[in-house]
Amino acid sequence: MSDPHFGSLSVYLLAALTLISMGLYGMMTLRDPIRRLIAINIIGPGVFLIMVVMAKRQDPPDAILHALVVTGLVVAVSATAFALRLIIASEKNASTDHSRQDTP
Amino acid sequence: MTPELLIDLILALLLLIIAWSALFAPSRRDAMAMFIAFGVIVALIWARLGAPDLALAEAAIGAGLTGVLFLNAARQLPQAGRTTIRHKSTIKAAIFVFVSISLFILLLSGPTGEQMVTPVDNNRLADAMPDAGVIYPVTAVLLNFRAWDTLLELLVLILALSGVRQLYTSAHISEPAQANTWPLLTGWTQVLAPMLVIIGGFLLWNGSKAPGGAFQAGALIASAAVTLRIVGLLPPFRWSFWLTRMLVSAGALLFLTVAVSTFIFADGWLNYPVSLSARIIIAIEIFATISIAVTLALLIIGDHEDLHT
Repeated sequence: MSDPHFGSLSVYLLAALTLISMGLYGMMTLRDPIRRLIAINIIGPGVFLIMVVMAKRQDPPDAILHALVVTGLVVAVSATAFALRLIIASEKNASTDHSRQDTP
Repeated sequence: MTPELLIDLILALLLLIIAWSALFAPSRRDAMAMFIAFGVIVALIWARLGAPDLALAEAAIGAGLTGVLFLNAARQLPQAGRTTIRHKSTIKAAIFVFVSISLFILLLSGPTGEQMVTPVDNNRLADAMPDAGVIYPVTAVLLNFRAWDTLLELLVLILALSGVRQLYTSAHISEPAQANTWPLLTGWTQVLAPMLVIIGGFLLWNGSKAPGGAFQAGALIASAAVTLRIVGLLPPFRWSFWLTRMLVSAGALLFLTVAVSTFIFADGWLNYPVSLSARIIIAIEIFATISIAVTLALLIIGDHEDLHT
């Protein structure tokens, strides 16, 4: 406990784990595709947070882990963009199918 | 309790509350707004944890561009009723409880838990830095020591964009008519966009010796393009125009050329000769910035007019 970083690192580690299990719970229980996408995007920062906490163990913080997280951020946003387009396309398909059924 | 710890506790608590409401707020729009706020808090936490590169990237990508993505989707999605209906399944509950409890036990207690917060002494990166060609360690890792990651990441961006394009070639998706833009927004964008481009250029130039670099710069320039496109000041990018395709692939192409030429003329794949590494890194960074900016902008606001061939 003599190390000044000990307290806040533990706080963020706990928050990261809570984020991951919260996202997992959302992924498993929610049906709405948008909510599931948000759930994935909450698990992601949870994992990144663990990596940044691990980077902070040394002074200056570990640049390799930071670089990996920068890469991860860009990959995450491109995957999210693609997933959102797929959700929009599938919901539009579903709604046009319904309207065809309603008006024979 | 020290004041620093209090800030950390508040940020962590805010993060969790906002994450919960992004998942379980009754309406989709509230959930999306909460998710944007989540990105802002994450950026603050990166700044607290001594990761300025991540804070910059998260503020531009996580809070800015992802926000535009979700708002754009909200505009196009049909209004849904209750979207928080939940599955009830005993097996899933059991899996969830098992996975979370083992995560917590593994990472918070025992030898691993101890390791996660114990200071370590690792000088391997510092020892390698003199040969890197740049002074700033994160840029050195991204573009020299682990250049493979960055090359593959540029390819992932192109892959995502081609995935999006498939949706526009297989079937015509009708676009909602462009809403009338608010005059104040147009005026504000005319001031904001040039500033974003200048700050992006500064981050790119600064990346060799201080926080910044191709990703942050690319994200900022992409957001400038996105705002200009939203208010209708920028013409469509048009995939059929050769320059657009060139700009999207320029970063990856230059990177691959460097990889092949280092394989043939130097010590192996992406193993730069020490005397040339600074120039190679800067050239790759400039082209990568342009490619990242155009690809991100197309991924976020590209519509039928931009992407069909």
